[in-house]
Amino acid sequence: MKSTRFDYLVFAGGLLMLWQLTYYAVGAEIVSSPFATIRRALELVLTNAFWVHAEATMSAFGAASLISIAGGIAIGVWLGLRRFAGDVASPILGSLYSIPKITLYPLILLAFGLGISAKIAFGVIHGIFPVAIFTMNAVRNVAPVYHRTAHIMRLSSVTTAMTIMAPAALPEILAGIRIGIALTLLGTLIGELFASTSGIGFALVRAMGIHAVTDILALTLLIFIFAALLNASLHFIERWVRHGG
Amino acid sequence: MTGSITSWLRSRISKVGAARTALIVLTLALLESLCRIGVLDRITIIPPTEMAASLWDILKSGRFNADIAFTLFNVAAAIALATSAGFFVGAVLHSVPRLRRVSEPLLSAYYAIPTFVFYPLLIVMFGIGRVALIIMGAMFGVVAMIVNTMLGLDRVPPAVDKVGSILRLDALRQLVLIRLPAASPHLVTGVRLAVAYSVIGIVAGEFILATSGMGKRIAFAYDNFDNKTMYGMLLLLLVGVVIVNSALSVWENRLHRRFGQR
Repeated sequence: MKSTRFDYLVFAGGLLMLWQLTYYAVGAEIVSSPFATIRRALELVLTNAFWVHAEATMSAFGAASLISIAGGIAIGVWLGLRRFAGDVASPILGSLYSIPKITLYPLILLAFGLGISAKIAFGVIHGIFPVAIFTMNAVRNVAPVYHRTAHIMRLSSVTTAMTIMAPAALPEILAGIRIGIALTLLGTLIGELFASTSGIGFALVRAMGIHAVTDILALTLLIFIFAALLNASLHFIERWVRHGG
Repeated sequence: MTGSITSWLRSRISKVGAARTALIVLTLALLESLCRIGVLDRITIIPPTEMAASLWDILKSGRFNADIAFTLFNVAAAIALATSAGFFVGAVLHSVPRLRRVSEPLLSAYYAIPTFVFYPLLIVMFGIGRVALIIMGAMFGVVAMIVNTMLGLDRVPPAVDKVGSILRLDALRQLVLIRLPAASPHLVTGVRLAVAYSVIGIVAGEFILATSGMGKRIAFAYDNFDNKTMYGMLLLLLVGVVIVNSALSVWENRLHRRFGQR
């Protein structure tokens, strides 16, 4: 445990050093120094304006996540239980997952206009497919012996779903949710970059517009820290469910 | 016995294929009729047949050939860069477990940050043009390749490795003849994802600021309410990505079947 912590420290130190060297190499026009960036990030966190943007992003991200997770699980469970429908839909879902959804921004803007609904729609089209695909595979991969056991024990379908299917499929579904949520965050931020008047993505666009390098990097750093924390906590839940839950 | 199983499988596969085709055709027909009767207005979306006609017109007239070639070249360069760098970094991380463990949080949170916020910085560094776009695309694609290279090398069965040592292969042959084929299904997954992400990076860059390219044309048509051109180009881009992606997944599945476990 101690050596892990030491490794993390060395790794973080190495990254900071690399960053500092890049700064020396290319200059402040292109990259701000780590010290200046972190100080700017701290300044931003203490301003009111930042939290107004953060709140706008969070509400869109929260709504998009809920829709992605609920919709993805519903689609995934349905397709997972129906072999034929799953076989039919699986390559279509795969294609929808892999198309560069950023190209759809004109369509989303035309359909939803500027504002929170476009941001949510952007988040959902990014996040819903991985959740659906992972859930479908999770439900399909539940070992047949579990089904037979449930049958022999004469469990009702509700009990089967609650006590056998859910625990068996949950870890993989959670992995899908983790990936889906990261992409939902990306989608929401992309939506803000192209289509909004508030939010962290909008603050980024404004910083890009006036070429405020320190602001761009400070905001990106904050987004990254948020994403890493979110990812780590979902990882933790996933592991807990897999081993101890 | 085997014959009946294969014929059953074949009938099932064709049934699935037929149902899938029917589903896609029905969806398109629904969209077409909703557009035609005016439920969806033309400012938002044009009927799929008009998109296809516009796509055909774009290809036939050749007026965007330069843009298409520009984007294709950039995407190819970005993919080459992303897959080679990703493979190298993935192999290094795989051989140094301590480094790999500490970089894991970085890699798994990477795709939540919109990487193209760095695009303006790249423009300052390299100017408006190919180089900034290619680096942008490679930055997007590289992490998918790193992660899948590590996964692939993880899945090389120890027994296969041992066979290599028993045959006294040198390090290079061990890599080329044993480990790469055993890891190949995941490497192809990495390439497939790197393709998808590189396209995102490059098209996003072209949306934001570029002198030519498919993304630039789409953004320009959008700004000028030229829905015909916009949807034609969109369709071309999406069809291209779907075809490449499907071809790579067919290959991937074949390798999975050939080299055992998933």
